[in-house]
Amino acid sequence: MTLQLEQSPTTGDDVIANYTINFGPQHPAAHGVLRMVMELDGEIIERIDPHVGLLHRGTEKLIEQKTYLQALPYFDRLDYCSPLAMEHTYVLAIEKLLNLEVPLRAQYLRVLFAELTRICNHMLNLGSHVMDVGAMTPNLWMFEVREDCLNFFERASGARMHAAWFRPGGVHQDVPLKLLVDIGEWLDTRLPQLFEDAMSLVVDNRIFKQRNVDIATVSKADAIAWGFSGPMIRGSGIPWDLRKSQPYDVYDRMDFGVPVGTSGDCYDRFMVRVEEVRQSARIMKQCLAEMPEGPVSSDDRKVSPPKRAEMKQSMEALIHHFKLYTEGFHVPAGEVYVATESPKGEFGVYLVADGTNKPYRCKIRPTAFSHLQAMDFMAKGHMLPDVTAIIGAIDVVFGECDR
Amino acid sequence: MTVVHSAPKYSAFDGVKDTLVAALGEMIVAAKEEHGEIVLTVARDSIEDALRLLRDEHEFQQLMDMAGVDYPSRPERFEVVYCLLSVTRNLRLIVKVTTDEATPVPTVTTLWPNAGWYEREVYDMFGVLFAGNPDLRRILTDYGFQGHPFRKDFPLTGYVELRYSEEEKRVVYEKVALAQDLRQFDFMSPWEGAEYVLPGDEKAAEGAPK
Repeated sequence: MTLQLEQSPTTGDDVIANYTINFGPQHPAAHGVLRMVMELDGEIIERIDPHVGLLHRGTEKLIEQKTYLQALPYFDRLDYCSPLAMEHTYVLAIEKLLNLEVPLRAQYLRVLFAELTRICNHMLNLGSHVMDVGAMTPNLWMFEVREDCLNFFERASGARMHAAWFRPGGVHQDVPLKLLVDIGEWLDTRLPQLFEDAMSLVVDNRIFKQRNVDIATVSKADAIAWGFSGPMIRGSGIPWDLRKSQPYDVYDRMDFGVPVGTSGDCYDRFMVRVEEVRQSARIMKQCLAEMPEGPVSSDDRKVSPPKRAEMKQSMEALIHHFKLYTEGFHVPAGEVYVATESPKGEFGVYLVADGTNKPYRCKIRPTAFSHLQAMDFMAKGHMLPDVTAIIGAIDVVFGECDR
Repeated sequence: MTVVHSAPKYSAFDGVKDTLVAALGEMIVAAKEEHGEIVLTVARDSIEDALRLLRDEHEFQQLMDMAGVDYPSRPERFEVVYCLLSVTRNLRLIVKVTTDEATPVPTVTTLWPNAGWYEREVYDMFGVLFAGNPDLRRILTDYGFQGHPFRKDFPLTGYVELRYSEEEKRVVYEKVALAQDLRQFDFMSPWEGAEYVLPGDEKAAEGAPK
């Protein structure tokens, strides 16, 4: 056994070893409960090991215990920044299994509100991204827009965030005409004013560019290999948007552009989202202009409940209502994977039905999983403060990542 | 069956299934096309080769998702489901393998770097092992968690709960104590043959004349 004597180091002999620090789980720039174990060489990142799951609530297991309709509100609570986009995927998955037709007005309403959700989500993400790299004011202005969006959700569904408004077969309730008028007015006045004002402070800002340009560059090949989607894959220059390539509801009737980045860095991802807000506003205007009158939910009484007034008159309607809200509807056995373009990327639901009134298995494909996993390779060689910019540009929300 | 739903529409499937079945040859165990999805079941040991062939020769470039499914009544109770996406052909494909608690599935981290976390998740939730995955740690559950919560035989309430203990000044784990039984309703109609024993009915059977 050898005994090594501790010797006091002399100048020039110092060897600085890599050290490890904990980023999070409680860190304002982590956008939730993200813990990252980082190995640093000075201030250069050598390795990042993200620990997720601190917000794991077992949503998929809970869904297996609920009827199809009762499981719907869980989706609001996944990505709580864009609740209606999550519901959209789930109701489409059920409709695909049932092969259920949705009235045209309901499809327009869903697209309208899905795009409103996108604006709402991007306001939060762009604002917090800007704040993570040091600017305060744009975030406050964009929260004004977000507040407007939440008020619209409240007027449509009664809830500001957790709307539970999309239903298999359509939407829960029709919207008042005044709401559509107000949204149209808002799209022409407050949204462009506040948003363009906020963006004029950021997009050409020298400090903002220094913090984002050439940070975490991802090539096209890497973006595909790592399973990127949404603004992350478009930021890398691949024009892939599920609303265009695999249209659902009435997206195939909409005229909108798909913005792409050129170099695949954090700045490109930011700018892709900025342009998406403008394109979403464009889609919403088309929805408002083209939306037909008509029913807002399927007339298949085995899936969607009858009107209240009808229940007062018809025994059959009353029975349907009772059966739907106790037993729920049965979905034919089978399996589907349905993915939509949520504001953060491809959000998918792999739904296995066994013919009963409850899902046998409902696997949720979070957008953040493959993006966050690429943290290690994106951040390698960058400086510690760049990590906040990278996380901001990933747009991660832990309700959805951890499920 | 005419398609009337408004779920995402991608390129037509005309002949895609037959082409893929022919290409994969002996690796295929079963193939079906239902509800607008192509589902291929592949022999477990050849999953890596099959997916490599699909990625390189048939343009399914992206692995979008991996899911575990538990069917306790089957001899090989777990299914591992790979959801592939072709960006160039605008197609989706579901590929499955089956396994049990003890038999590992070959890893596909060699093909897609993002398979790592998906495999960790399936391992964490179902206890399916992946041979060759360099980093098969738990991912979503708590540090030091025991069991695999998404198995059908794992109770919804779990086994432990935690609270902050004022005496010990830290969070402590305790056995789950429910103030009220977890209510599980079944929705079987009495007309469909459900046999309900109402509380008290068992006495009637006991007290029946012998």
